[in-house]
Amino acid sequence: MANKADKKLLVGCAAGFSGDRTDAALPVVQALIASGQPAVLIFETLAERTLALAQLARRTDPDAGYEPLLVDLLRPVLAQCLAHGVRIVSNFGAANPQGAAHRIHALAAELGLRCPRIAVVKGDDLSGPEHRALLQDALGSAMPTEPIVSANAYIGAQAVADALRAGADIVVCGRVADPSLVLGPALAHYGWALDDWVRLARATMAGHLLECGAQVSGGYFADPGYKDVPGLAQLGYPIAEIDADGHCTITKPPGTGGCITERTVKEQLLYELHDPAAYLTPDVVADITTARVTTVGNDAVRLEGVQGHARPATLKVNVCFESGWFAEGEISYAGPRAEARARLAGEVLRERLQGLGPLRIDLIGVTSIFGDDTSRWLDASASDSRDTRDVRLRVALQHRDHASAQRLVREVTALYTCGPAGGGGVRTAMRPRLGTVSCLVPREAVAVRFEMVD
Amino acid sequence: MTTTITVPLYRLAHSRTGDKGNRSNISVIAWHPALWDVLVEQVTEAAVAHQFAQRQPRKVTRYLLPQLQAMNIVLDDVLDGGVNDSLNLDSHGKALSYLLLDMPVTVPAHLAPHFGGPTA
Repeated sequence: MANKADKKLLVGCAAGFSGDRTDAALPVVQALIASGQPAVLIFETLAERTLALAQLARRTDPDAGYEPLLVDLLRPVLAQCLAHGVRIVSNFGAANPQGAAHRIHALAAELGLRCPRIAVVKGDDLSGPEHRALLQDALGSAMPTEPIVSANAYIGAQAVADALRAGADIVVCGRVADPSLVLGPALAHYGWALDDWVRLARATMAGHLLECGAQVSGGYFADPGYKDVPGLAQLGYPIAEIDADGHCTITKPPGTGGCITERTVKEQLLYELHDPAAYLTPDVVADITTARVTTVGNDAVRLEGVQGHARPATLKVNVCFESGWFAEGEISYAGPRAEARARLAGEVLRERLQGLGPLRIDLIGVTSIFGDDTSRWLDASASDSRDTRDVRLRVALQHRDHASAQRLVREVTALYTCGPAGGGGVRTAMRPRLGTVSCLVPREAVAVRFEMVD
Repeated sequence: MTTTITVPLYRLAHSRTGDKGNRSNISVIAWHPALWDVLVEQVTEAAVAHQFAQRQPRKVTRYLLPQLQAMNIVLDDVLDGGVNDSLNLDSHGKALSYLLLDMPVTVPAHLAPHFGGPTA
């Protein structure tokens, strides 16, 4: 009888961040089922600040703190996944994986489905007082003096693999490293040793290609006339076929928009990378300096040649802390001398808000993005022709103190009557700011485990 | 003598930006293998630092991936503290690939058939 590992594993990815399209999963699941191959569906929904926002949500509602779109993501596909043995692995547990598991059980009951076996991966959350000494040791003088909102270790694939081997239909994680969502299923399927660095590295890079969803299949790529992408409004999300040596081929569901080419794959391969010879994850150090990217079919690209080295002895921890207030305001000027009037409004605000710390001034339509927070570039552009006729002034600052930050909001609003002629369309916003520091802690200091939730 | 032409980098390469904390990484990927040597010669750490002068990167590091005809440019301390600290509308610095792609490069004219974008 053929061993199940004789069939190649498919991993589909139906979300690349919190806020991604929620109708992406169905075509992916349909393609996974049609293949007849063993298959896993992942959703990657955490970014550097998502966890802090999730912790803040949990403060106001103890049942919250998991991915807000959890039900929207799962409802269209949960029945088919359970019926066809497509297992689901995700970090959509965020700050409350247990709460997410309960919500999924409730959804399954609501849809009249069998009760799924759900495993919850624990141990990444280091925000509790019992971990403060560990963080203090690791951060030293960088330890925030402000209240800590979240502290999470990036944990690896092992607990995910263990949970799948134990029979979980769904594995709910918090801060598991993004590519570990793919390596975990590959470990469970192929039974690789945890020090099989080369295979771990290859499957890790498959995970790296998948972890941002459509960014490998034509999303975040289009540039008319230079990089044309068909069907951006109906992008197909990626599926990786991972072989027994960890090499992968990236495809997408038939009939969907987007494209998978050597160009889309190369852009995503290098995305958020530092040293290509040492891509650090909790599971392995991957080396793509010898990687090859080859078209093997229509919308099918193969990644081979990735090398691997022993995993780091430490785990990365991100700590988010309360950091005062962020205030911004905007007002528009249009028609003759619009740019001159907008610049004058900026000067007025600079004078009125003196002493509150650096004020960022942008002229949207003239320059707003490429300059740094000092507005040096904006000032340097003042000698230009100043003839832009549709300009939006935008200012922003941050302050520890709410009332001080609020002064920006009031001064922008006052431009209606006190500013240059013809200003309109004031919009203002105040948001709590989060600061972030990161550090490394010994792997042994983080107790990672999974639990089945009934 | 080889005839040369000066064109924006986007005729030679495509690019994507990523961020981690206060560090930005920008890929530069040749449209065609024939353009790779020019990229290596022209898109140097010094040239990139000059192109990003208004962002004042503390350090620019270039990693070459000849097998992919791609390079990874890493700019340290270029995001005003990173996504949580920056006052920029684009606090991730996601648009920065297009600042790099606007950099002028001087290329032997005979390579023009390999350029990306509309054919003249």
